[in-house]
Amino acid sequence: MSQAKGLNLTLKIWRQQNAKSKGKIETYQIENISPDSSFLEMLDILNTELIDKGEIPVEFDHDCREGICGSCSLYINGEPHGPGKRITTCQLHMRSFKDGDTIYIEPWRAAAFPIVKDLIVDRSAFDRIQHAGGYISVNTSGNTVDANATPIDKHDADEAFNSATCIGCGACVAACKNASASLFVSAKISQYALLPQGQVEAKDRVLNMVKQAEKEGFGPCSNTGACEVECPKGISLENIARMNREFLAASIS
Amino acid sequence: MILDSKIPEGPLKDKWTNHKNNINLVNPANKRNIDIIVVGTGLAGGSASATLAELGYNVKSFCYQDSPRRAHSIAAQGGINAAKNYQGDGDSTYRLFYDTIKGGDYRSREANVYRLAEVSASIIDQCVAQGVPFARDYGGLLDNRSFGGVLVSRTFYAKGQTGQQLLLGAYSAMNRQIAKGKIKMYNRHEMLDVVIVDGKARGIIARNLVTGEIERHSAHAVVLASGGYGNVFFLSTNAMGSNVTAAWKAHKKGAVFANPCYTQIHPTCIPVHGTQQSKLTLMSESLRNDGRIWVPKNLEDAKAVREGKLKAVDIKEEDRDYYLERRYPSFGNLVPRDVASRAAKERCDAGYGVVANDTNEGVFLDFASAIMRYGKEEAHIKGIENPSNEEIRKLGEKVIENKYGNLFEMYMQITDENPYKTPMKIYPAVHYTMGGIWVDYNLMTTVPGLYATGEANFSDHGANRLGASALMQGLADGYFVLPYTIGDYLANDIRTGAIPTNTPEFDAAEKKVVDEINKLVNNKGTKSVDYFHKKLGLIMWNKVGMSRTTEGLKEAIQEISELREQFWKEVRVPGSADDKNSELEKAGRVADFLELGELFARDALEREESCGGHFREEYKTEEGEALRRDDEFAYVSAWEYTGKPSEAILHKENLNFENVELKTRSYK
Ligand SMILES: Cc1cc2nc3c(=O)[nH]c(=O)nc-3n(C[C@H](O)[C@H](O)[C@H](O)COP(=O)(O)OP(=O)(O)OC[C@H]3O[C@@H](n4cnc5c(N)ncnc54)[C@H](O)[C@@H]3O)c2cc1C
Ligand code: SF4
Ligand code: FES
Repeated sequence: MSQAKGLNLTLKIWRQQNAKSKGKIETYQIENISPDSSFLEMLDILNTELIDKGEIPVEFDHDCREGICGSCSLYINGEPHGPGKRITTCQLHMRSFKDGDTIYIEPWRAAAFPIVKDLIVDRSAFDRIQHAGGYISVNTSGNTVDANATPIDKHDADEAFNSATCIGCGACVAACKNASASLFVSAKISQYALLPQGQVEAKDRVLNMVKQAEKEGFGPCSNTGACEVECPKGISLENIARMNREFLAASIS
Repeated sequence: MILDSKIPEGPLKDKWTNHKNNINLVNPANKRNIDIIVVGTGLAGGSASATLAELGYNVKSFCYQDSPRRAHSIAAQGGINAAKNYQGDGDSTYRLFYDTIKGGDYRSREANVYRLAEVSASIIDQCVAQGVPFARDYGGLLDNRSFGGVLVSRTFYAKGQTGQQLLLGAYSAMNRQIAKGKIKMYNRHEMLDVVIVDGKARGIIARNLVTGEIERHSAHAVVLASGGYGNVFFLSTNAMGSNVTAAWKAHKKGAVFANPCYTQIHPTCIPVHGTQQSKLTLMSESLRNDGRIWVPKNLEDAKAVREGKLKAVDIKEEDRDYYLERRYPSFGNLVPRDVASRAAKERCDAGYGVVANDTNEGVFLDFASAIMRYGKEEAHIKGIENPSNEEIRKLGEKVIENKYGNLFEMYMQITDENPYKTPMKIYPAVHYTMGGIWVDYNLMTTVPGLYATGEANFSDHGANRLGASALMQGLADGYFVLPYTIGDYLANDIRTGAIPTNTPEFDAAEKKVVDEINKLVNNKGTKSVDYFHKKLGLIMWNKVGMSRTTEGLKEAIQEISELREQFWKEVRVPGSADDKNSELEKAGRVADFLELGELFARDALEREESCGGHFREEYKTEEGEALRRDDEFAYVSAWEYTGKPSEAILHKENLNFENVELKTRSYK
């Protein structure tokens, strides 16, 4: 917990009243921000100052503030979730910036993620992709086999878990020049593809989810790997390769 | 008002089975004509929505986030308990029941807790069938860890992201029903009142948080699964939006509120760093399996650490005070949360704290011994002969990384310190609220047709919750309890038909909601919502926090009611009511916290004993341990709203213990 001196910063923030209105970048000065503060705490401070001046605070999505709910979604200096690898915006701390820095803060940009207000976008397209097959069709009655009846190879279980850690934040889409959702979609498909429980519906799942992603207006994947670099959870491109294999197998059979 | 807990007759172990056999059922064709509203999509609400929809009811689910998958349950780290006894270490339904009753300091209902233990094993079967990727051992079987307050390993986990994986499981079950049209999902909606028609809960008023529209939704029953109210303290480990609004509005409409003062202060959180802080971060309790908690033995060393002149690793073994191991040799670092938290406070109050914040609050959580122990084990497995200390350390760090990697990363992100090399610094923080809406055995509140599940109700954890039991309770309520018990009530509604929303009851409820919103946005104040929330938080933490006194509580009651008055005069809510307005959302929540806070302090004042998370300075043993007063306080405090928190009426539900003997909790 350093006692370092506070930072003075220039913030260039996207302001937009609602989905229909036009937005623009506004400039704000902010002073004496502790390097131990989080990026969102810095925005809280800005908002308090705006309120005290009788202005309208900046809207942004956030909830858990510990990198797990996937709410926060800022495009900071041209990078989804800002500088720093494998972290979300809410885990970014001001010690990553220098006194005197100018910071650009924008929302995710993608046709499938329309802007709601300021820095908030509508990611319900992600939910609709999951409705198309992001589940195993088993009733929640509890009348199923004992949890240990089917041993699962530890490596497969661990891999499935790694894929399942996707937080649905949308940074992969924001990072992609085609605004493709492939990393997100493939993570869910992989989780189930790696588990015996997921096999029964595997074919329909991959076909339906990929189709829904297209329908939502997400672009195609051209394998540049920008998504993997920006993904806060380290979801790997192997997931996309696995999805493509699953898709091909499902399409020809 | 008479509180009828509706506990079924018969021996403890048969109650639930008998009850299920005797209650009314709704036939599948009729379920299609019945609507149920579920507020909340965390483990409790998500599981309930999915199961009720599978059964055939029409479900409408609400959450304030942009997707049900983001409910606060997502943040749970450590694990979920279940009496599977896979480790063969003597676990059983009875033992889980007993541990929970004891851990709750004998302030919960035997029948509810037994049922929870009874259905716990099915939860794990269910989740595995859904594709929840729990941790496994090399044989491919499920792995377990142990948590505080118990002597068996019954906690199932998925690295440090158990809540996420369980919630994604419930979310996937919801998705299947959303796709079928059996659940209609309302994201970015906040429930602002319950509507009561002819004495029954028949709907809600909700605000669309994007358009600001006030909407009416009707149903034959309403389920509140809206989570806990720890954010009354401003700083807590809860998500920023966690609130009491849904529960509090229900309380004001007749739902009795139970044990508001039972709060869990979790021992292992990252200490406060400064006044700009917006929330606190938990470091999972599972870390106490391998971490040892200590402070320096000498005051000068503690001071030097705070001043940055002395490093933790340079303090010699004999100059360290592993105070939990010293005070509680049989449970050591694995004592229950309330005990561990108070012990940390005791050391810091005595001047041994190691963090240079306003209050010097912080202790060490040290992994060095675990790293070396695991390292030696690994070297042995790998057949490395005479490994160097450096080799051992490396191997050990790898093991620790596998177990807690994401937690360590999170810690590094926040503090800029490397816990593999130097001990973590931790301090207790508000984490969970055992209190909540009073419910009977069927999870119904005192308002017919209004149910409460998960952290929003009070039912299973008494005065202190054991680790990994909240996830268990949320899923038990939603998958396995409510779907049965709600049918018993709805069986009388098969001929009712759809509930109209163009009635005077809906008119009146909507008008009240609109009036309050207008009052907030039109207020000509000068102070931000956070200004009041922070002030409330400080009063709560200092006077209604880890230790409480008669005098402090009386002051708190006075101060909170004054702050509330000031809030309504001086708060400024910028922007308008008819679009996305986070300040307006916060203002409504803080207004409710300002009422709840007062009742909370009253409840703490009334309870003249120390039990679980409630510690009154006046009631402790000579050694400083909590002093329970079973003869006078073995009851649930259930408060009825009559217009003001100061005028709430206290009802008592006596707790009868027929299967366990009330003992002084000892972890020594
Ligand atoms: C950091 C952390 C770690 C934890 N780790 C563990 C653990 O390892 N094991 C364990 O057992 N427990 C753990 N807990 C506790 C546990 O996570 C919670 O008690 C539990 O998840 C609560 O679930 P819930 O479904 O009752 O409520 P929540 O998950 O809090 O969900 C509340 C829901 O209600 C909705 N809502 C709230 N108010 C409104 C409103 N007015 N209108 C509309 N919707 C509303 C929200 O949108 C959300 O969907 C942890 C808690 C924290 C904070
Ligand atoms: S794949 Fe990564 S970047 Fe994309 S939504 Fe999931 S967590 Fe976010
Ligand atoms: S606020 Fe939850 S991930 Fe950032």
